[in-house]
Amino acid sequence: MADITLTSVGKTFSGTPAVQDISTRFEDGEFIALLGPSGCGKTTLLRLLAGFEVPSQGTIRIGDRDIANGDTGKMIPPENRNMGFVFQSYALWPHMTVRRNVSYPLEIRGFSKAEIASQTDAALTATGLGTYAERMPSELSGGQRQRVALARCLVSDPDAVLLDEPLANLDVALRASMQTVFTDFHKRTCATMVYVTHDQAEAMAMADRIAVMDNGRIQQFDTPQNLYERPKNRFVAEFVGLGTVVPMRGVEKNETSAHGHVLGRRIAINSTHECPSHVCLRPENLTISETGDLRAKVARVTYLGGKYLLETVSECGTRLLAETRAKFEVGVQLGLTITTPWAFYED
Amino acid sequence: MMNPTMQKEGSRSEGRLLCAILIVSICLTLAPVARLFVEGVTDQGTFGFTLAGKVLAQPSTMSALKHSLITASLGTIVSLVLGAAFAFLVALTNLRAKAALVFCLMIPMMIPPQITALSWTQIMGPSSVLLKTLGLAPPLGSPQPLYSVEGIILLLGIQHMSIIFLTLRAGLRAIPQETVEAARISGARGLRTWWQVILPLTLPSLAAGTAITFVTALGNFGIPAMLGIPAGYVTLPTLVYQKLAGLGTSVLAEVSVLAMLIGAVAVIGILAQRFFQTRQRIYLVGSTSRPLAIPLGAARLPVEILLWAIVGIILVLPMFGLLATSLVPAYGVPLRFDTVTLASWVEVLLRQPVTARAFVNSFGLAFGAALVLMILCLPLAWLMERSPTRLSRIFDSLLDLPYALPGVVLSIAMILLLINLPFTEATLYGTIWIIFFAYLARFFAVMFRPLQASLKQLDPAMGEAAQSVGATLFQRLRDVIIPLSAPAAAAGAILVFLTAFNELTVSALLWSSGTETLGVVIFNLDDSGETAMASALAMTIVMVVMLLMVLVQLLSRRFPKGVVPWQT
Repeated sequence: MADITLTSVGKTFSGTPAVQDISTRFEDGEFIALLGPSGCGKTTLLRLLAGFEVPSQGTIRIGDRDIANGDTGKMIPPENRNMGFVFQSYALWPHMTVRRNVSYPLEIRGFSKAEIASQTDAALTATGLGTYAERMPSELSGGQRQRVALARCLVSDPDAVLLDEPLANLDVALRASMQTVFTDFHKRTCATMVYVTHDQAEAMAMADRIAVMDNGRIQQFDTPQNLYERPKNRFVAEFVGLGTVVPMRGVEKNETSAHGHVLGRRIAINSTHECPSHVCLRPENLTISETGDLRAKVARVTYLGGKYLLETVSECGTRLLAETRAKFEVGVQLGLTITTPWAFYED
Repeated sequence: MMNPTMQKEGSRSEGRLLCAILIVSICLTLAPVARLFVEGVTDQGTFGFTLAGKVLAQPSTMSALKHSLITASLGTIVSLVLGAAFAFLVALTNLRAKAALVFCLMIPMMIPPQITALSWTQIMGPSSVLLKTLGLAPPLGSPQPLYSVEGIILLLGIQHMSIIFLTLRAGLRAIPQETVEAARISGARGLRTWWQVILPLTLPSLAAGTAITFVTALGNFGIPAMLGIPAGYVTLPTLVYQKLAGLGTSVLAEVSVLAMLIGAVAVIGILAQRFFQTRQRIYLVGSTSRPLAIPLGAARLPVEILLWAIVGIILVLPMFGLLATSLVPAYGVPLRFDTVTLASWVEVLLRQPVTARAFVNSFGLAFGAALVLMILCLPLAWLMERSPTRLSRIFDSLLDLPYALPGVVLSIAMILLLINLPFTEATLYGTIWIIFFAYLARFFAVMFRPLQASLKQLDPAMGEAAQSVGATLFQRLRDVIIPLSAPAAAAGAILVFLTAFNELTVSALLWSSGTETLGVVIFNLDDSGETAMASALAMTIVMVVMLLMVLVQLLSRRFPKGVVPWQT
């Protein structure tokens, strides 16, 4: 059992809260991504799970055992937690060969020579490093180093694997292939994985659930699809995906449908809240047509490959993003139609 | 899998180990200084300043203080002129063979002062073997020009020019190239860039270097002892030495006051250095990837010739004097093909039992100190970097004190601390152990700082990665931290060995028959007129020093930045 439960966890660094009042649960075998802008506390949360930091408040449990208690200041030190940690800098030991880097966790656990050899070989093969076993880390490329770090993590069969922006130092092409390595690894081992990233595409591509963090708090913890389609608040709506958050008035709701006034027009909306206050206008919610009743002027055109992103400014000064296959010149007047955007409540 | 029990954070193994090593280190380094301070403010067991007042009122104290201040400050000015000129030229211009020049400029600092003094007296004065051989010697009976206040000032200046050179060069290297390029693109040319951009930016490091040079010159014992005692010119360190050597420990209370006096002047200098160093840090932000290289144009060759000529005069010439003296059968005989002999070398290296003993003592002390300090400092530096506590931060700011304070001060502090071991009748005074403990205190910073510099650059994830796969504190130290910081530890150990092997100031006050060190033996040989033997021994030591420096230089490519002191 490796489900992780956090209860009111907080961490303060010399008076400044880095993580505040986090209560949540990561299920056994889940692939979790912690997503947020830099300084949002996601790495601190990961280091709390690993045991490199002690929580200032709250408790962390794995399965049915307490691993850290901020109120008593007691914790299980990281070396006794049986968790894997993949560092952004890979943290391969430069004085050990690839093989020794990978076999070290087994040496620590006092395995026999034969067991160490066979398990190390298995881990090296699984990560495609078989032919590099005798090399030094300095002789490897970035992607290979990352795979060594992953193999080192995999070899000791950890309860949970914690990954701290593991792809941040790699180029774009390598990132895509390493994402496949991580998802394959997750499918094969069924280990609980917690993955810190500031790249939403990465989080969307891999995670079962994403915890979007800001200011030391989890803003929304949901599936990638829900985060995009049903954001809970303005931060999540603006941070995940493209779009504009616009206030809404005069909401009318009945059993089957809901309507509200957005930018002076009455439109159908989609919401679970009793009385939503804002809508999130994503490019999919905006259709360009000559007859569109919302008039807007094209301010900037960006080619995205196969389609264009239009940044338009409406009559009342609101910036709206739309996508089109046809090219428009800057300064052209357009008509836009809004189709059932997601609405949420925000103070 | 280890037994997964919850632990209190403060009682985790790292915290416990840090605490233990920290206490040992504080006892070794700061306890003597604290003990001396207590002695200074008490008078026969009660709080008071009666004795202090009495000692300070003596005319000999006042004149020694005056002499110390004169020689230290004028010597610092000599160092400043020489060191700053070299630093500006080496760090800013496109001189060739900079590495060789830097290496040569480091040698004066590594050669012990008593050998510097001995070698310079061999190229001047009526009995100089070198001058006699060249037929340039002044007539017999004319005075040795170095046995004078000017001689002391000159040699102090040469001995410590490396300190100014190093601090200023480090400061100059921290200046981002863009700063100078911005000045030039704005139209500033030649000396204007230097005067209006570079000089203001380096003033803090120049001031810090000057302050620490003054403190070092103030504490220098070898040069004023070898040159000043024959001339009857007594400085504070030589006054302490004369009193203690003449009257023994009965004057301990009195010399403690003198030591406090030197210490007080030194602390002012150290505080000044600290102040300027923090100023330096505020100033400079920016990339320092490429060193500055302002073209000298046609002046390059003349400047190079001049610099190497100065290096020749202050470094090579005295060594030739030393060599010449060591090769004649008796002091004063000119060196010719028929008089050249290795008799002094054979006598001092193979026959004299005291030299053999001194070799064993110095080697043992230097090796032991390097080893113990390495074992102590490696985990300490790592733990202080990884999980600093309030106590460790305070210790970090004070641990330079035994090294920065003049050696005489530390020696007196050591005697006070160890003459009566607490709770026993035993004493360490007169044994080799008091010298050993004094070396541990004095050279702690020499070992600790390179290690700290190296560990600061070590990715903390290295240790955390080992921790996350289950390695205990001991396993992490053994398998990850020690192998990764081994080059820095080796450099620190060689530096400790190098300095301790040659050390005179501390052992001059702490030695007794049977515990002589090499520094003491050279000093005593010269004192008793055996100049040829002293020269032969000094030459041997110079060679050992150069050998070790070359070794560090060769290994330096493997060290992180900031480990080798002359490669900042």
